[in-house]
Amino acid sequence: MVHLTEVTKYYGKKRALGPVSFEIAKGDTVGFLGLNGVGKTTLLKILACGLRPSSGTVTVDGLDVLESPHEVRKRVGYLPELPPVYGDMTVGDYLNFAGRIKGLSTDSVERRIPEVEERTRITEVHDVPTRHLSQGYRQRVGVAQAIIHDPDLLILDEPTHDLDPVQIMEMRTMIRSLKDSHTILISSHILPEISQTCDRLLILNAGEIVASGTETELGERLFQSRRMAVTVRLDGNGDAGDAPGGSRAGAVESVIRRVGGVMEVTLADRAGQMGDASAATFHVEGQADLRAPVCRALVEAGHDVIALSRAERELERVFVGLVGGGRA
Amino acid sequence: MGATGIIFRREFRAYTRSPMGYIVAAVVLLLDGILFYAIALGPDAGERLSGAVLGIFLYFASGLTAVAAVALSIRLIAEERQAGTQLLLDTSPVRDWEIVAGKFLSALAFLSAITFATLYMPLLILVNGKIAVGHVVIGYLGLTFLGGAVLSIGLFATALTRHQLVAAAIASVITGTLFLLWPLSQNIGPPLSRVFAAIAIHGRHWAGFQSGLLHIRDVVYYLAVTYFFLFAATKVMEAKRWE
Repeated sequence: MVHLTEVTKYYGKKRALGPVSFEIAKGDTVGFLGLNGVGKTTLLKILACGLRPSSGTVTVDGLDVLESPHEVRKRVGYLPELPPVYGDMTVGDYLNFAGRIKGLSTDSVERRIPEVEERTRITEVHDVPTRHLSQGYRQRVGVAQAIIHDPDLLILDEPTHDLDPVQIMEMRTMIRSLKDSHTILISSHILPEISQTCDRLLILNAGEIVASGTETELGERLFQSRRMAVTVRLDGNGDAGDAPGGSRAGAVESVIRRVGGVMEVTLADRAGQMGDASAATFHVEGQADLRAPVCRALVEAGHDVIALSRAERELERVFVGLVGGGRA
Repeated sequence: MGATGIIFRREFRAYTRSPMGYIVAAVVLLLDGILFYAIALGPDAGERLSGAVLGIFLYFASGLTAVAAVALSIRLIAEERQAGTQLLLDTSPVRDWEIVAGKFLSALAFLSAITFATLYMPLLILVNGKIAVGHVVIGYLGLTFLGGAVLSIGLFATALTRHQLVAAAIASVITGTLFLLWPLSQNIGPPLSRVFAAIAIHGRHWAGFQSGLLHIRDVVYYLAVTYFFLFAATKVMEAKRWE
């Protein structure tokens, strides 16, 4: 769907991007992750035909962005960091304008507006001027204009910019619902946003792609280890006798350390999950996926395991390892 | 409807929804009304011929039209850049000349609506005095041509920057210079005087319209100025779109 070969972008003598090369297959949801100012927006604007690369070739659906920019634009939906909405227009009028300007006929746009409004959950603000909308609604209207012409490729630049936690959750749900019908590129510097919506990550640093793959692949490649989180109830029947200091948390830690392959165990959260004061969460680092043996060992030792997952901060560890210059 | 028509419709509605459009219209109509009252109904009015009254009215109306054209045009592209909505146009399958044409035509339509709202004043002269209908028609045609030329200058200025005040300054300097070339041409010798007179926007080329005389030379001049600045605005848009 998208092919980039040795693409660079210079502003005067300053290199903002590249050289970068990568491919994105049809139907993928790919996240561009990087700190502010590393070239994410530049890269997305090049793909949306809003910026000319200084060198290299970019093709979208087999079309070169320099040779056939209008054809590429018909196939791309783009949501910039700030939704490009006209404050003097109502949502309905704005979507009508966006659809017509992207080449839809009057009939098609009239048919599409209710569909995209329903999909982005903005039907109730159809007649409201966009200047009266909250930031969350403006972002959704921005997504609606990006998908109004049913593009093959959907580019979302910081889609949860300035949203509150509830709006962020709603935006993620909406993006997931779009995965079936579009190839999606999302840029962000917010790790959970990328982690929870994308199949693959491209990590940018200083204008270059420094890593590519799934979160797990990147973690393994970078650290040769895997992390997991296990939450154990501390008021269970487990024996605390041989633990350091005789505490139940210490007993649990000892059990985990005895499992083959475990490299490191840290008590991450004494209060446990969901505010349960009688539980504790441990981060376990091992050479392989140790969820099954660790769980088995704890249960055999009489401890109640109430949650088991990959470490929540795995992507953060990967990200800091790649762009922060050190190991998390 | 092509992209030009879609953009025209959006921009024209933007004028009717924004305070700026109404403020410009109100100021132009108020000042035109005051000037007409002073010229046609003032103490010296009785001594003037109806044709002269109409000519003086058109003279002042041309100045107001030029100022209104600058005020209406400076928002056209600078505002889009400032609000970030230019990105919607830049990433849509629309050609730059279509954007420029749509915006120009919307501003011209709105300016013409304001100008034609003053038509009752020449009609009062027509009813109460002795003037040819053709004088009124040609005078208003001249206002439309002059307004279009200044709008194209404003559109060029607004394509250069994202700041409306800077655009206003650029448009005012270009328009002011083209206005001043006529008095300058009267005070210097040839060959420069001939060059200045030929390119002045409000002198030789305007005089015919003011007197009710339609010269093809003047029509071609205003169309050429309009085309030149619209072409320049399109080129600026093309360069900035991929910047």
